[in-house]
Amino acid sequence: MIMVNLILILLVGGLLAMISERFGKNVPRIVALGIVLIDLVYLLSQLSGMSDLTQLQAPIPSDPGTWLMHFKAEWIPAFGISLELALDGISLLMVTLTLVLGAIAVSASWTDIKIRRGFFEANLLWTLAGVLGVFMALDLFLFFLFWEVMLIPMYFMIAIWGHENRGYAAMKFFIFTQVSGLLMLISILALVSVNQSATGQWSFSYFDLLGTPMSEKVAHWLMLGFFIAFVVKLPAFPFHTWLPDAHTQAPTAGSVILAGILLKTGAYGLIRFAVPLFPEAAMDFSYVAMALGAAGIIYGAILAFGQTDFKRLIAYSSVSHMGFVLLGVYAWNELALQGAVMQMVAHGFSTAALFMIAGALQERLHTRELREMGGLWQHMPRMGAVAMFFVLASLGLPGLGNFVAEFLVLLGLFQVDPWMTAVAALGLIAGAVYSLMLMQRSFHGEPNPKLTEMGLVDFGTREMITMVVMMLALIGLGIYPQPLLDMAQPVLQSLLEVTP
Amino acid sequence: MNSSSMMALLPILMLSLTVVVLMIQASIKRDQSIAWMITGIGFLVSLWAAGYARGFTQTVTVLLSVDDWGLYFTTLVLLASVVTLVLSKDTFSPEGERKEEFYLLLVLSVLGAVVLIQSTHMVSLLLGMELMGVALYAMIAFPERGQLPLEAAIKYLVLSACASAMLLYGFALLYAATGDLSYAGIGTKAILAYAQNPVLVISGTVLVLAGICFKLSLVPFHMWTPDVYEGAPTPVTGFLATVSKGAVFVALARFFIEGQLYQYSSLIGVLSMVAIASMLIGNLLALKQNNVKRLLAYSSIAHFGYLLVVLVALAYQDGPLVNEAITFYLGAYILTTLLAFSVVATIAGEEEEKNDITFFEGLFWRKRIQAIGLTVAMLSFAGIPLTAGFMGKFYIISVGIQSGLWWLLAALVMGSAIAIYYYLRIIFAMSKASKISSDSPTQAQDLLVIVLVAMVIMLGSWPQPFIEIAGRL
Repeated sequence: MIMVNLILILLVGGLLAMISERFGKNVPRIVALGIVLIDLVYLLSQLSGMSDLTQLQAPIPSDPGTWLMHFKAEWIPAFGISLELALDGISLLMVTLTLVLGAIAVSASWTDIKIRRGFFEANLLWTLAGVLGVFMALDLFLFFLFWEVMLIPMYFMIAIWGHENRGYAAMKFFIFTQVSGLLMLISILALVSVNQSATGQWSFSYFDLLGTPMSEKVAHWLMLGFFIAFVVKLPAFPFHTWLPDAHTQAPTAGSVILAGILLKTGAYGLIRFAVPLFPEAAMDFSYVAMALGAAGIIYGAILAFGQTDFKRLIAYSSVSHMGFVLLGVYAWNELALQGAVMQMVAHGFSTAALFMIAGALQERLHTRELREMGGLWQHMPRMGAVAMFFVLASLGLPGLGNFVAEFLVLLGLFQVDPWMTAVAALGLIAGAVYSLMLMQRSFHGEPNPKLTEMGLVDFGTREMITMVVMMLALIGLGIYPQPLLDMAQPVLQSLLEVTP
Repeated sequence: MNSSSMMALLPILMLSLTVVVLMIQASIKRDQSIAWMITGIGFLVSLWAAGYARGFTQTVTVLLSVDDWGLYFTTLVLLASVVTLVLSKDTFSPEGERKEEFYLLLVLSVLGAVVLIQSTHMVSLLLGMELMGVALYAMIAFPERGQLPLEAAIKYLVLSACASAMLLYGFALLYAATGDLSYAGIGTKAILAYAQNPVLVISGTVLVLAGICFKLSLVPFHMWTPDVYEGAPTPVTGFLATVSKGAVFVALARFFIEGQLYQYSSLIGVLSMVAIASMLIGNLLALKQNNVKRLLAYSSIAHFGYLLVVLVALAYQDGPLVNEAITFYLGAYILTTLLAFSVVATIAGEEEEKNDITFFEGLFWRKRIQAIGLTVAMLSFAGIPLTAGFMGKFYIISVGIQSGLWWLLAALVMGSAIAIYYYLRIIFAMSKASKISSDSPTQAQDLLVIVLVAMVIMLGSWPQPFIEIAGRL
């Protein structure tokens, strides 16, 4: 029930936040922050009773009893659909990341959202609930439900509170994800149908569907359905075109959630479903996937370099960074997978922070255009220093989380394909180029005289607290990543045993 | 004809009785609120009768078969009629118009639909279809002012007459080939006749199918749809989209199954092509529509394209899943369409310019309940989980996969992809900042929307009881 409660708290909390607007314009944000923190505390308090999380038993994929938590209740027995949720090391990491970034997103919306605040916070909380569902659902029908339903509040967040071109961006985001989701639905139903003709039983449970016998050709097609849905969300080249628009047009809190959490659902789906359900087909396909990953790293970096819009640049850098995740997953060895998981967490923090800085700049300057910035450090030294930190994290400075992640991916990948590793490593150089350029054009250089007259306000206490939390997280991940690696290790170990 | 078969026919008898009472009432005192009440009571009694008749399922003469499946759709059609009735009270402008006849026509049309649903014979098929259709022409043209309703009615009348002619010619050819006019008789005799003279059988069935496809507005017989949807008064459009199309599809399914048409690969080929064309063209043409009623017209073309997939699948499997799929999808479609049209009828009323999508801007902040209703309807049409439309699509894809209809599924995916755009457009328009002020809807209208939203969400989020019912039919 713990997992159901986690979701329910957010769902009901959303309603409360919406209603609370009646008591004052600023009440919803406090309610929303409270709800997310309650959820986080609830999760941690439930975990503290458990055995040491860094020494988890390896969960056996086909045996739910070995998982950290498992919940199952009947829902639509006619089709063998149940409310089945389960938690292992990786999902736990993702759930925690979601709640932490959720709180940060509420903080990002603190002054950014001017109208209909109650409804905004409600949508934010509902998106978080959907994402939690995605990370915990192990009934494929339920998984698909969360996968699709979380789009709707996200759509509203972009469409109602977004920037100048929000209609287009929201529509594109929704169509890309929904259409690729439909392909996944067909794959899910076909997989269930194959399983049903083999066993005579309808079942959507992950545990029943693992190891479904099917011909090579069928497995290949079905795997593609899952693959496309997940890489669109990731996003990988060439399915990334929705991302720059959606991230740029979304309000700050929306960008934080999109980049920090929503992208990770794609990576999580690859690790949890696309590979284990079709191990042979996925391994046959791994070169294509890795090539897409490497292409994404380079392509994203080049496009990021060409941007003059602060948010758009970060959005393209996300495409580049997510390429590492795709490479890590399809290299499919322990090191590379560790790297991919690490990247999911580290990128979540670094990009969320950069989007918040972009949002803060937009709020103060009313523009995201780099050409109109310059010399901002003089006016806002705190913000400048913080931005420097996260830019360095994003380009992979040793000692910070992103470096560990990318390094592990490259290390694992080298065992599989040295040439691909060489190409991917070029992305690190390109990353340094566009990241430093971003810093150079916005915070250094000649101050724009127009800006000095605006009376710019530096980061306040609330913003600094949020930033420091994320800084500490990245430093922690960079200096002492072992606990996180220990949490993911047993899961990855048992997943690796599924494949030939 | 014994008393048991009279019980089986009770829904039809009750509707006929309502017609008679309405005529008597009109001859004594013309009063539209009394007529409205009588109609409402007639529908409710017929609903009860449809439940009561379940204890007496049987074949009544060669013409009609009263079975659980038919009674389920009868109930659905009657529910849709009740909604139409509620909507028509508020949206027809009362000043000086004589509307008692409208209710009479409505009951007649429902009577035709119920006959159509239960028909097992070409004669009752034609009888039901014409009774439903003729009353509908008059209902479309009912508003006295404006040219659009009249234009729509005449368009529908002329084209319907052509379709009926095709239908009749098809009957004649089939009769010449098999010497029988009942579905089951055609089913058994057509195989022999097909061996002797394939052209006669195939051209006969294709003509009949063409006539039916016209009523369902499947491509390439879809030209009339947007104009009629736009021109007709909104409650009547809703009625046409749900009762008329639903009943005709049930008749098509019966003819297809009992007539064993799925055996003929050429027919399956034709039907597959119609399905693919409807899914793609229907959705493509909806893209550029700014009038919400026209948009819904094109979307309904696509939805019946999706439904045809199920009939095509019959050629490859005879599972209970196919029946369940038709039952569920049609139920979901009818509920969602009713929801959409009740919102449109409330918001736009009878003023033509108000059907434009710009008039829906900011609806979220003006009329929250109506806006949520339309949002749920659009999401259900688009097949987003937790709505009835998703479970319907779930069924269709399942059936399609089990029969290996990959081309049809590909068209379905493409069609749905296109469709999201125009469904979202409406939702987006509603979420914009509001510039228009307008009077608030009555409580009855809000209540209707709440009930329909609850039903659509219920069907999508907890479908188990409904699946059990559908499985037993």
